[in-house]
Amino acid sequence: MGPRLPLMLKDAGLTAFVAAALGIFIVGFRTVDQGGGKGLGFDYHLVDLVVAVFVIFIGRLGLSMAANGLRWPAIVLGVAMIVAGASPMKLPSGFLHWFVALGGVLLVIRAIWPWASDAMGVAARTPSGVALGKAGTKWFGWLLLAAAVLMPFTPLADQKTMDLGVLILTYVMLGWGLNIVVGLAGLLDLGYVAFYAVGAYAYALLSTHYGLGFWTVLPLAGMMAALFGIVLGFPVLRLRGDYLAIVTLGFGEIIRLVLLNWFDLTNGPAGIGSIPGPTLFGAVFAETPPPGKQTVSEMLGIAFDGNHRLIFLYYIILGLALITNLFTQRMRRLPVGRAWEALREDETACQALGINPTNTKLTAFAIGAMFAGFAGSFFAAKQRFISPESFVFIESAIILAIVVLGGMGSQIGVVLAAVLLIGLPEWFRDLGSYRMLAFGLAMVLIMVFKPRGLISHREPSIRLHPAGSGGGG
Amino acid sequence: MAYFTQQLINAITLGAIYGLIAIGYTMVYGIIGMINFAHGEVFMIGGFISLIGFIICGSLGISSAPIAIVLVLLLAMSFSAVYGWAIERTAYRPLRGSFRLAPLISAIGVSIALQNYVQLAQGARPKPGGQVVSGGFNLFTADGFDVRVTWLQIIIVLVTVVLMAGFTWVIAKTSLGRQQRACEQDMKMAALLGVNVDRTISLTFVLGAALAAVAGMLFLMYYGVVDFFIGFLAGIKAFTAAVLGGIGSLPGAMLGGLLIGLIEVFWAGYFSSEYKDVAAFAILVLVLIFRPSGLLGKPEIEKV
Repeated sequence: MGPRLPLMLKDAGLTAFVAAALGIFIVGFRTVDQGGGKGLGFDYHLVDLVVAVFVIFIGRLGLSMAANGLRWPAIVLGVAMIVAGASPMKLPSGFLHWFVALGGVLLVIRAIWPWASDAMGVAARTPSGVALGKAGTKWFGWLLLAAAVLMPFTPLADQKTMDLGVLILTYVMLGWGLNIVVGLAGLLDLGYVAFYAVGAYAYALLSTHYGLGFWTVLPLAGMMAALFGIVLGFPVLRLRGDYLAIVTLGFGEIIRLVLLNWFDLTNGPAGIGSIPGPTLFGAVFAETPPPGKQTVSEMLGIAFDGNHRLIFLYYIILGLALITNLFTQRMRRLPVGRAWEALREDETACQALGINPTNTKLTAFAIGAMFAGFAGSFFAAKQRFISPESFVFIESAIILAIVVLGGMGSQIGVVLAAVLLIGLPEWFRDLGSYRMLAFGLAMVLIMVFKPRGLISHREPSIRLHPAGSGGGG
Repeated sequence: MAYFTQQLINAITLGAIYGLIAIGYTMVYGIIGMINFAHGEVFMIGGFISLIGFIICGSLGISSAPIAIVLVLLLAMSFSAVYGWAIERTAYRPLRGSFRLAPLISAIGVSIALQNYVQLAQGARPKPGGQVVSGGFNLFTADGFDVRVTWLQIIIVLVTVVLMAGFTWVIAKTSLGRQQRACEQDMKMAALLGVNVDRTISLTFVLGAALAAVAGMLFLMYYGVVDFFIGFLAGIKAFTAAVLGGIGSLPGAMLGGLLIGLIEVFWAGYFSSEYKDVAAFAILVLVLIFRPSGLLGKPEIEKV
């Protein structure tokens, strides 16, 4: 430990110095309007900066200790940080308490990580561990599904939880839809939210202008979005990965700007309101029936409860999401699905084998768009109000993050990632505006430490030599 | 004619700013083949540091505009360069050799994080400031319409031209430039011949960030306002400029910047200002479809 300590101190010092240089103006001098026409002045946050830089110094020191096998000193530093963060000590802002404590937690996790992963590796190799692992991968999805189906009947299902459930399932569906494009076909689509917008506006316009119902418009919205996918995709799908990403981003922004500025059609930034909700066999969810309609509680002969509408919405989106999943699973067994995955791995080889890359990519793009269209019209029916605000680039980035974090191409990974990225921030409202900051950092950290996502193991859809047949596997 | 000339002058000013940002995209793409999605955010941070620098100059009683501009320029360039370096070091370098979309996804993460970081640290409201140069002169009057050139526009074009000339010299004549071009052509071979590849890539990011910071300062002085979201649009437009000129080509980036400035200003001047961003995005899409190698770029041969 002796000779390495000065090096570690130097490294931590350099990191702290860079952090100070990064933070000094942006964090240290907060510009505030002084009022009275005096222009901008400063609100100094230099103490915050000093504390943050000190924490970064300690954290970096602890990390290099952990990396060099000095686990116990690293754990001690981490625990000290947690205690400091949780203590009633007066730091200039609540955020700093979080910053210190979370830094300590991460440091402790990093320090005990080698032990934990060793222990897990050993446990997974024992016979019962192997059996559990197999059963887990086989039954985990079904368990989740059962939990999702039964959820509304549990006492947990108050309005807040149901709202959150609907939200998470919407993102699960979008994630599964985008997974076809990104995970299976390997096309990075940064404008996915555009198709979501097309579906939402299709339902909003057709229902408010022509009085069409949700179930009539749902397939139409999907087709419309798929059509948009084909029209937009056809010219650009020849492009290489990152160019394609930027072009789809451009398309996403074009559609948003058109929605914002085409006032006659979309009502511009004010959006479209009083969109009717979905009906159950023609009956509406309301306390008093509108003229000529029947309410669901009258039809079923039960007392009116505001929660019924939410439960209904929950099952619609659960059904839609499951359809998306089932469809994808079936597609993967068809020639076109296999062509998607082959194309993702090696485009040149595919061309040599006679697969038309443009058409194959186009089907993936259009099908992904179609599911976004379904989800969009559900969104419009659920919110009853939409505006271009809901379809900004950051939404595309969130959906993409779900797919990437889940492990591209993994269906169950998308579910876990959606629960993690959408569910957790909703439960921890304290994070508030720090949510998106953490979100961006998480994207970077996942790429750096676990670029294959949470569920990185992917069962190939076909094996040349099935296990046990004596082949190489 | 007078209206046209006026629009032309405005367009060149705007194009100069886009060109400065575009250089950062083009250099990074040339050397490691990735789209540095967070580059627009560095531009935004450069704008904020300039704003803070101007306020500090004001409170220190530096009233001479040229001195203030030079001081703030140096401040913004050096501190934004640290951002460029840190981003490369933490978010991109560990991903070299990962799957090909990994750096882009990481860059999107950096971009989201930086936007929210600035929003949290500086507030979401647009910040006015930086108007240290005012006035100008009438070039000529025709059809009862004064064609005006402001001193600020002259400064912007002048700063841009000087920086671009200096930069072209760095790439063409210095050993850093030679190393950069060597890495661009064949990174492994360059490493074998003793070029420090990591250092060269870092310096590319540092230089790109410094130029973006200048663009940020000029943007602040020209529009008199910055907010945490300016990096997104400006970044995409500058990227469009880099693609239009031929990504990887320095003169291409300047030409592309100028063209995007022209398209945007004339579209807003003659058609509709609501759809000027749509015009820029549409150009991006069209160029990528019909001439993906850009105006001055070499067609890319895909290696298997």
